[in-house]
Amino acid sequence: MTAFEGLRALGKGLATTARTLGTRAHTRQYPHDEPELPDRSRGVIALLEENCTSCMLCARECPDWCIYIDSHKETIEPGPEGGRARQHNVLDRFDIDFSLCMYCGICIEVCPFDALFWAPDFAYAEGDIRNLLHDKGTLQTWMERVPDSSLPEDVREQRALARGESPRHAAAERAERTEAGADEERGGTGDQGIEGEDRR
Amino acid sequence: MADCVRRDGVDRLTVVSELPLLVEVVLKAVVVLAAFLTLPLLVGQTEHKVMAHMQGRLGPMEAGGFHGWAQLVADGIKFAQKEDVAPAAADRWVYRLAPAVALLPYLVALAVVPLSASWVAAEVPASLLLVLAVTSVGVLGTLMAGWGSGSKYALLGGMRSAAQLVSYELPLVLAAVSVALAAGSLSLVGIVEQWQWWWLLWQAPGAVVFLAATVAELQRPPFDAPVADAEIVFGPLTEYSGLRFALFLLAEYAGIVVMSLLFAVLFLGGWSGPSADTLGPLWTLLKAFAVAVVIIWFRVAWPRVREDQLQRFAWLVLLPLALLQVALTGVVVVL
Repeated sequence: MTAFEGLRALGKGLATTARTLGTRAHTRQYPHDEPELPDRSRGVIALLEENCTSCMLCARECPDWCIYIDSHKETIEPGPEGGRARQHNVLDRFDIDFSLCMYCGICIEVCPFDALFWAPDFAYAEGDIRNLLHDKGTLQTWMERVPDSSLPEDVREQRALARGESPRHAAAERAERTEAGADEERGGTGDQGIEGEDRR
Repeated sequence: MADCVRRDGVDRLTVVSELPLLVEVVLKAVVVLAAFLTLPLLVGQTEHKVMAHMQGRLGPMEAGGFHGWAQLVADGIKFAQKEDVAPAAADRWVYRLAPAVALLPYLVALAVVPLSASWVAAEVPASLLLVLAVTSVGVLGTLMAGWGSGSKYALLGGMRSAAQLVSYELPLVLAAVSVALAAGSLSLVGIVEQWQWWWLLWQAPGAVVFLAATVAELQRPPFDAPVADAEIVFGPLTEYSGLRFALFLLAEYAGIVVMSLLFAVLFLGGWSGPSADTLGPLWTLLKAFAVAVVIIWFRVAWPRVREDQLQRFAWLVLLPLALLQVALTGVVVVL
């Protein structure tokens, strides 16, 4: 490298740093300035307790065994005369140890009953590692911010009801969307996108 | 002392020179000490902020509320709380004394560097000589730390700084000699009184040499091979912690303050500027601050120079350049 090139490089270094000095830093001051996260951010795992059947699939698939489930069976007396008594599982304990959890999401993937969801909450750090073992009560509270789009239909409609919107309104909206999609297809754009397939 | 302060044809702070000698000396000592304790913090905070923004960060934002202004105070409190540890293999006395030897010369130097013709804490006839001599003593602190720590990394760092300081002292002194030669005076006040704006061009090569040698003397990037953290942990400072480590850091920033002031006085005309009679000290401080920012800027912009490159640069570039400058100055002065 010639001396001239060396000097040029030094000048470039100075120029680059000076230019950066002149531009605003992109830093967001977190505790003072809450981040705007996408709805489906994977912050924590939430439990919808009424959907859980204590089937244990999540606990077994968990790579680091951080889910603890206890349940017992209860008998439902036969409804009509001459029927048979049935048994169902009642969940006693559903704990996730977030000091072990590595946020792989396998439990959510394997749950066949839509009882586990990704929630965007993330600020649940604790001073003591033992306090990161959260029970079903806490896991349920995180359901609140699970976006509608992640929820199964019946839960979504219940939620709309609770918010005071009519579930039919939601259904109508859905139908409208489907129609719009059909219109597009009829328009002959030749769009064979995945979404279109899905609707058919 | 009062006689020494009063000089012909220069407007003096009459209030100060009319005070009894003892009061005057104590007062000046207190002011110098206060400047010695605050100016390095100012430079340090500037470094935090300027470096951060040059790297697209914000730097300290919490301590003290407004943009982290109290960060260095908080750091100091943290350092003061730490245990004073000395390694078992350390040469105890040398190890303990090193931070003081590194720090105190800069205090002496700060007392001698003038902010204006009247704003000098201790005016001595050959102040340039004194400043250069005293700041070279500060270097001994680094060597003592390197030797006294009883650690091979510290020793390696000490060797590196010894080699570096031997090489860079020469161009530094030669560049200063050039200015002294031009002004025909070894007194810093005398040099500034002789200074004219076209010296900026005349002494430009000397200024470049002086700035480069200053950065090397302070062991700041790009000449921070003695404390190269990727190679030898933290060089001579490896074994230090707590208050003694803080003193070394303070010495580094006090060094920046003193050398920036010296650069401003030697090459930028010190207090010369619009309404120099009243705003003189401010001009000196502003010029010195700009120099300090440039030294910080070098740290952000340039990578560390390798040990052999460092030596080549000193002997094959800076030294010839400094000699040329001295020759040029000599020719112009004689003509």
